[in-house]
Amino acid sequence: MNQIILITGSRKGIGRQLAEHFIALGKNVIGCSRSESDLRNELYTHFCLDVTDEVAVKKMFSQIRQKYGHIDILINNAGIASMNHFLLTPLITVEKLFITNFNGTFLCSREASKIMQKKRYGRIINFSSVAVALNLEGEAIYASSKSAVEQLSRVMSKELGGLGITVNCVAPTPIDTDLIKAVPKNKIDELISYQSIKRMGLIDDVINVVDFFINEKSSFISGQTIYLGGIIS
Amino acid sequence: MNKINREKISELVFNCIKKYQEEYEQIIDIAEGEQTRLFGGNGQLDSLGLVSLVVSIEEEIETELGIAIVLADEKAMSRRTSPFSRIGNLIDYIDELVSS
Ligand SMILES: NC(=O)c1ccc[n+]([C@@H]2O[C@H](COP(=O)([O-])OP(=O)(O)OC[C@H]3O[C@@H](n4cnc5c(N)ncnc54)[C@H](OP(=O)(O)O)[C@@H]3O)[C@@H](O)[C@H]2O)c1
Repeated sequence: MNQIILITGSRKGIGRQLAEHFIALGKNVIGCSRSESDLRNELYTHFCLDVTDEVAVKKMFSQIRQKYGHIDILINNAGIASMNHFLLTPLITVEKLFITNFNGTFLCSREASKIMQKKRYGRIINFSSVAVALNLEGEAIYASSKSAVEQLSRVMSKELGGLGITVNCVAPTPIDTDLIKAVPKNKIDELISYQSIKRMGLIDDVINVVDFFINEKSSFISGQTIYLGGIIS
Repeated sequence: MNKINREKISELVFNCIKKYQEEYEQIIDIAEGEQTRLFGGNGQLDSLGLVSLVVSIEEEIETELGIAIVLADEKAMSRRTSPFSRIGNLIDYIDELVSS
């Protein structure tokens, strides 16, 4: 049976390239984002939705269930970032970051697991960031929201293990996407200087980790977070 | 109207239990009918079993009645008598959710 892969936040950036990667491998890819996608391919279906909207998310999963009857892989890539000194952070920013990064991951994972557990098989990959391990100044809220995602993944891995579902996180270093375009160059250079391997991350580095987590042979890997760039947590 | 709904829901819940038994090859003794204990104190389901059953009931309700519900919501979790304790309580709870 052909694998069904759902990638959230697939309109651009890492999510988009993940979608293209799996399409090139002949997999059925379902993507979603708040705006329309210009990715056109017979293997690709796009849902326009906000991952924080419970009704819309449930509707998408219901349509997936009716059309395919199963879902094998969920990649919770949709996320937003914001840099600000803790003292200057408005509450609304905290709410937006948490609702997207954490609630969105929670909601999609819950609905996907309901479908996955029927086949007693599933792989969930969540997105953290090296900002967690590095306790980066200016990223208190972003790092906290990603830390919450890591913690959620660890407990989920325990609760879902018996249902044949693994849950892992990938934590990228800075990668050249819109997400970090507002971050000044000296800040990025400083960040890279903390890495064991001192270069900018590539989307391919993320794809490699995702490929590892979803590999058939990775059925014994769950509850883990892999940091890129040799960052040690 | 409400009465018919409860009967329909009851039928749907018992069907899901039947399907659950076939799918997971686990026997749930329903001799006590709606009084049958499902989860918690002497319940016949473990937590994974409950998850599977709840999910299949949610799906069945969506398919059969066209209503999307989340059974394990805050109300369910904070009740003194858990809707998951006995089959009858579960049917009552679904009836309540569907009617609202
Ligand atoms: N780039 C980096 O340096 C870096 C480093 C560490 C971790 N990460 C993580 O990697 C993931 C992807 O980041 P990226 O760099 O690819 O970011 P990006 O280029 O800004 O893309 C974010 C994607 O998520 C979608 N999205 C945002 N909010 C959404 C919502 N509420 N509902 C649905 N879709 C939503 C966006 O589409 P719409 O705008 O159309 O909704 C877009 O497709 C994020 O979780 C991020 O935290 C990135």
